[in-house]
Amino acid sequence: MKLAITGLNATDNPGPGVPLIRSLKHSEEFDAEIIGLIYDVLEPGIYMENLTKKNYLIPYPSSGLENLYERLSYIQQQEKIDVIIPTLDSELFGFVKLEDKLEELGINMFLPTFEQLNIRAKDKLFDFCSDNEINVPKNILVSSISELQKIPEDFDYPVVVKGIFYDAYIVNNLEEAKTAFLKISSKWGLPIIIQEYLKGDEFNVVALGDGTGQTIGAVAMRKLYITDKGKGWAGITIFDNNLIEISKKVIERIKWRSGMELEFIRSSETGQYFLLEINPRFPVWVYLAPNAGQNLPYALLQLALGNQVQPFDNYKVGTIFVRSSWDLITDISVFEKITTKGEI
Amino acid sequence: MKNFIVPDNIAISDSGFIFLPSTGETFTLNEMGKEIFKLLQAKKSLEEISSEIIKEYDIDEHTLERDIEDFILRLKSLNLVIQV
Repeated sequence: MKLAITGLNATDNPGPGVPLIRSLKHSEEFDAEIIGLIYDVLEPGIYMENLTKKNYLIPYPSSGLENLYERLSYIQQQEKIDVIIPTLDSELFGFVKLEDKLEELGINMFLPTFEQLNIRAKDKLFDFCSDNEINVPKNILVSSISELQKIPEDFDYPVVVKGIFYDAYIVNNLEEAKTAFLKISSKWGLPIIIQEYLKGDEFNVVALGDGTGQTIGAVAMRKLYITDKGKGWAGITIFDNNLIEISKKVIERIKWRSGMELEFIRSSETGQYFLLEINPRFPVWVYLAPNAGQNLPYALLQLALGNQVQPFDNYKVGTIFVRSSWDLITDISVFEKITTKGEI
Repeated sequence: MKNFIVPDNIAISDSGFIFLPSTGETFTLNEMGKEIFKLLQAKKSLEEISSEIIKEYDIDEHTLERDIEDFILRLKSLNLVIQV
C-alpha cells in the first residue's frame, strides 16, 4: 500500500505531516510506503531519515486546482497511491473539490464535506455553538474600521481581533484594535472577527469523527509551554469528562468526517469550557494521541480504506510531549535533486 | 472547620508530586504537606490529622490546627480537596 501525506514543514510553525507519519508508524499493523507531498524544497520532513520513501513537489493551492490535479495525476502514474491524507487548512477545500476526480484515479481520502467545513469556519462557529447550546465567546464580524466603534458597546476591552483564516491579537483599546484590523485585513482579508476575551487556561482536543456522528476517539491536552508565536511547545494529556462530552457533541451535530482539533478555554471565573475554534485537520501535537493509547491517524487511514474502526474508550492521562528543534545535515546534491526535478 | 477529602482521581507520589488529571496542573508538597495530604486521602478529620501530627512535632495544638486549616484551605483553592 502507498500513502501520500502533505504538511512536512516541520518548522517553528509546523505542519502536522511529520507527527502524522510518526503516528502511523507507531502502529504495529502499519505497513505502507509513505510519499511526501511538499510545497517547498526546504520542508524539513523530506530531509529526515526513513520518514518518507519518496517526495514530490506539488503546486500551492493558490495556483489553481487544475495544476494540482495535473501534478497529482502525474504522481499517481508513478506511484499508484492508495490514500492521500492532506493535513493543512489551506489545502483542504482544494482536496475536497478534487475528491471525486482523485477517486477515479484510485486515490482514497477521508475528508469533511464543504458543508461541514463551512459550519466550523471561524465566522460561522458562533452561530453553530449558539444553536447547539455550546458555550462560545461572544463575537461580531466587522468589515470596516468604522465598524470597530461598536466594540465597546458589545464587550469590554480587552478583546481579541482575529483574522478569518489566521492570526489573532489581544487589544486593549480602539487604537490597538484599528492597528490589528489593518494588519490582519491586509494579510488575510475581510471580515475581521472581534471576539470577547476570556481569562482562563487553554485546552485542546484531538478527535476523529467517522461521518455518521460517531466519535472514533478524542484525547484532551493542556499546553504546558507556549511560544511567543502562540504555539504549544509542550503539553500533557488530561481528562475532564465535560471537555470530551462537548467534543463528542460537536462531532455528533456536524457529523464530522475526518480528524480535527477543538480549541477551548476554561473560564477562570466560572470553570466552564468555551469553544474557541475547530480546526478541520489533526493538530501538530497529534503524535501524543497514539502514545496515550488512541492512534487516531491510523484509525483515519482505516476509514479512508473503507475498513470498520472500533471507537476508543479511554486513554492514558499524564502523557507529555515536549517539542524540540533539531538540525538536519544533508549534501547539496539532495537539495539540487528536489530543486531541479521536483521529486526525490 | 468542615471535613475535606481528596478526590479519588488525584494521586500523590512518594516524592510529594501531585498531578491534577482534569487540568494537567502539577504541584509539589514538602514533607509536612505530604503527610497531611496523605491523611486527608485516608479520610481523616481535621482533629485526627492534628492529633497525628502533634505526636511527631513540638508545637502547640492551637498553632498546629490553625496552620493545618490554612493549608487545607489552600488545597481547596487549588481544587486538590473537596469539602464533604
